Amino acid sequence: MNEMVKAIRNHEDDNVATLFSTADAGTPVAVLDTKGESTIVTVLDDIPYGHKIALVPIGNGEQVTKYGEEIGIATQAIAVGAHVHIHNIDSIRGRGDWKQEEQA
Amino acid sequence: MSSYMGYIRKDGKIGSRNHVAVIPSVVCANEVVESIVHNTAMTQGIIHHQGCCQTPPDLERITDCLIKIGENPNVGAVLIVSLGCEGVDTDRLEREIRATGKPVERINIQELGGTSPSIQAGIDKAQQLVLQISGMQRTEVDLSTFVMGIKCGASDTTSGVASNPVIGYVADKVIEHGGTVIFGETTEFIGAEHILQRRAKDEFVASEIGRIVKEMEDRAKAIGVDMRKGQPTPGNIAGGLSTIEEKSLGAIVKSGTKTIDGVIGYTEAPKGPGLWIKDSPGREIELLSGMAVAGAQVILFSTGRGAPQGFPVVPVVKICGNPVTYDRMSNDMDINAGRIVTGEKSIEEVGDETFELLLRVASGEMNKGESIKYTKSMDFYCLGPVI
Repeated sequence: MNEMVKAIRNHEDDNVATLFSTADAGTPVAVLDTKGESTIVTVLDDIPYGHKIALVPIGNGEQVTKYGEEIGIATQAIAVGAHVHIHNIDSIRGRGDWKQEEQA
Repeated sequence: MSSYMGYIRKDGKIGSRNHVAVIPSVVCANEVVESIVHNTAMTQGIIHHQGCCQTPPDLERITDCLIKIGENPNVGAVLIVSLGCEGVDTDRLEREIRATGKPVERINIQELGGTSPSIQAGIDKAQQLVLQISGMQRTEVDLSTFVMGIKCGASDTTSGVASNPVIGYVADKVIEHGGTVIFGETTEFIGAEHILQRRAKDEFVASEIGRIVKEMEDRAKAIGVDMRKGQPTPGNIAGGLSTIEEKSLGAIVKSGTKTIDGVIGYTEAPKGPGLWIKDSPGREIELLSGMAVAGAQVILFSTGRGAPQGFPVVPVVKICGNPVTYDRMSNDMDINAGRIVTGEKSIEEVGDETFELLLRVASGEMNKGESIKYTKSMDFYCLGPVI
């Protein structure tokens, strides 16, 4: 069996994949789709088990997609292979704080 | 392959099992039920803890749930064990199950003179029912008659990415064959209800999804808890979940991708084929009962940390997303979806394997929980206090 670190992409529209091993920055990762087809992405950051990486460049304010659905928006530009988590994406649900900012 | 071998019931429903359900109409009858079940073959006790000293709406709810368990097509005959002074409407319970055409017997502990004579009378009645239905044969039936429930429990990082997507893949296949799929766990919709609403058949169904989520949240708020606050939890974030949408979608993905045909209450069954939401809490025992009440013939259950629950009259097939858990608990886990995260198998390959196992279990093959009799963990979801 190929010992390369594996990541799962749950839907063809997804721009992130979830890693099932820790990976140090610079490690190539095999990203598997639902049919088992793989593409290689080199991670830019140290990635913990169960965390996500970007599969394509995601611009600031663009939608982050997992399961073919929106899980949040990017709060900064995210490069291919970068760690995608609470430091660079944010929920768009229940954002009472946004309304306050608009009114200010 | 789009058929399975099932028991054709008089009301036209199809069973994947042929049990005699021994139903206590109230918790006080449980001891008698357990002795009857211990001494007879093919019997399953519906051991619950309700049926008296509850609000009238809850007593009606328990009566309805017990009727629907008796009506479940996996049940071939029913023995009702009544104490005699319970709050459940035992006459209606007997009458409505009997209307399905199934053989129904009933005993009353207070009339029979207590526990010991009731156990003996109950064994005799149950034996008659067993002999009456044990010769029933399975017939090949189309998968469009199939009703499947879905559940996830003891989840971990692998659930949302491996085992839940496998169940979603199977759910889509069952619906493509004209069958019926039910999912629930309303609490897990919070944060992704807008995404579920986009899959609703029409505006009414979308508004129903919004209503059940709001009601579930309001019940939590009424006791001073905000379920939305602090989600995802610090543990979720450490595990890699970034937003509440991602957390909720990881649970919802087990419902597949099809249009949602309707929302049903806890005591209700789907009103036709397709994909249905059952308004229900997430805890295993109440959720599994809700699926049996809805007429589920088999339940697919996704887990990562290793939930062992079964149900008395419905096989609960375990799909384990974590390869380490599968190895440690392989006598409880039916499908190793952990091979997805190790890269050995794709979601679709494990999905096809699960679909084939589902058809075999629907046709009579025992799953692991059934084979070790892990079948008693159940109760009903009530709304009011015990009084």
